[in-house]
Amino acid sequence: MTTLSIDHVSRWFGNVVAVNDITMTVGPGVTGLLGPNGAGKSTLINMMGGFLAPSTGSVTLDGQQVWRNETIYRHIGVVPEREAMYDFLTGREFVVANAELHGLGAKAAQKALATVEMEYAQDRKIATYSKGMRQRVKMASALVHEPSLLLLDEPFNGMDPRQRMQLMDLLRRMGDEGRTVLFSSHILEEVEQLAWHIEVVVAGRHAASGDFRRIRRLMTDRPHRYLVRSSDDRALAAALIADPSTSGIEVDTAEGALHIQAVDFGRFTSLLPKVAREHGIRLLTVSPSDESLESVFSYLVAA
Amino acid sequence: MYDPTVARLTYRALLGRRRALILGALPLLLIAISLAVRGLAGADDQTAADVLGGLALATMVPIIGVIAGTGAIGPEIDDGSVVYLLSKPIKRPTIIYTKLIVAIAVTMVFSAVPTLIAGFVLNGNGQQVAVAYTVAALVASIAYAALFLLLGTISRHAVVFGLVYALVWEALFGSLVPGARTLSVQQWALAVAQKVSGGDLVTSDVSLTTATVLLAVVTVLATWYAGQKLRSLTLAGEE
Repeated sequence: MTTLSIDHVSRWFGNVVAVNDITMTVGPGVTGLLGPNGAGKSTLINMMGGFLAPSTGSVTLDGQQVWRNETIYRHIGVVPEREAMYDFLTGREFVVANAELHGLGAKAAQKALATVEMEYAQDRKIATYSKGMRQRVKMASALVHEPSLLLLDEPFNGMDPRQRMQLMDLLRRMGDEGRTVLFSSHILEEVEQLAWHIEVVVAGRHAASGDFRRIRRLMTDRPHRYLVRSSDDRALAAALIADPSTSGIEVDTAEGALHIQAVDFGRFTSLLPKVAREHGIRLLTVSPSDESLESVFSYLVAA
Repeated sequence: MYDPTVARLTYRALLGRRRALILGALPLLLIAISLAVRGLAGADDQTAADVLGGLALATMVPIIGVIAGTGAIGPEIDDGSVVYLLSKPIKRPTIIYTKLIVAIAVTMVFSAVPTLIAGFVLNGNGQQVAVAYTVAALVASIAYAALFLLLGTISRHAVVFGLVYALVWEALFGSLVPGARTLSVQQWALAVAQKVSGGDLVTSDVSLTTATVLLAVVTVLATWYAGQKLRSLTLAGEE
């Protein structure tokens, strides 16, 4: 059982606050660290991995300080976001070197390469690898010593769907084995597919924490705005406003569109096509006008 | 204190990239110049001392030292791949110590060996000039490697600072301001070389005792401090 504790951690660079008084506990299983780009996820992961000192607060792994403590790496595996990784070595040489640095041998390296299914390309130079292959070799280098805590910074970036699925399966398996796995992502769907526990960070602050279903509900229960264009905007507006799932509709004559505020996301999305069909109205455009992740996050922060 | 895996990664990085071309080009240039001088002017002890002192020791050794010393760690810190060394249960000073050994070895091979060859080409080691300057190059390699490894650990512009130190301080400033010579790796190395040659062709402004003490202090302090800096090296995120 490995527990990573982040206790009132802040980190600033000059007068820019990257991480602002975050407290969280990461236990066994897969945890997703979700937040828009620039939210402070990498800074937080760097502090968790002992590569950055917190300006205030402490990061401990089962009670042991992480910063300036090399022995802690017997228990931590790190998959950094950055690409650079001794490109002049072959994949096998790279993973073997990582194993040796842990005091292990080629056998451990081979096992890790098999785990990430990279044996077929292990004798090629890393410089020739695709992004997904690099990611898997990085993963192998982090797994050689079978760490109880695995930290991954944006591991799915640049992976194709198949590689993404493979890595997700692998991480899920590691979580099921009782390891503590934490990965960061700015893509909600990614986090949702993999993690049962989510920590949300926005603008350096800890915005939400908990079960992904609860967070998903927070995200979907908020008022949604839609921009709709149809063959008869006024008729559609009249029909929609009769239903309690909408709370306001503006007929924008200049734009030739409707701005609809829906309060019940699920009900509204099934209502709209039904109403249109019943009234013989053709829908030309239906687009959520505030679906950007940032707007979802800012809603969460306010909640 | 010494980790063979760190050493292997370091020397492969040093000798595998374009760096190796520069490392190889300077010694070849020195030998080519020596051949030309010998061909044009014949064997002359004073000329040999001038070429080895002015070109090999004052210019080539510090430049090789900059390339090997900063190159042993700087690029890894720059591109972030050092994280694969830092995320291991290895004492950070061990990483520095190992990299120092590699940097010293590379500097010695690419500076002392060509100096010896050039010396023999120039005057067939007359008055022990070739051996004396080779010893100077060996001694200077140690101090330069340590200094520039530290520079590579603390600055992203290590190569620039290193070259400025090597060329401006050692070559230019040292020849204009007498006091600056006391604080010059080149002069310390010459003090040791003077002892070896025994003649008056190789001279230093610094006494052998002062030189030895300063060489040891600079090497040890630079290495220790680089280890400390690596212990608190922070890898900032890209965001």
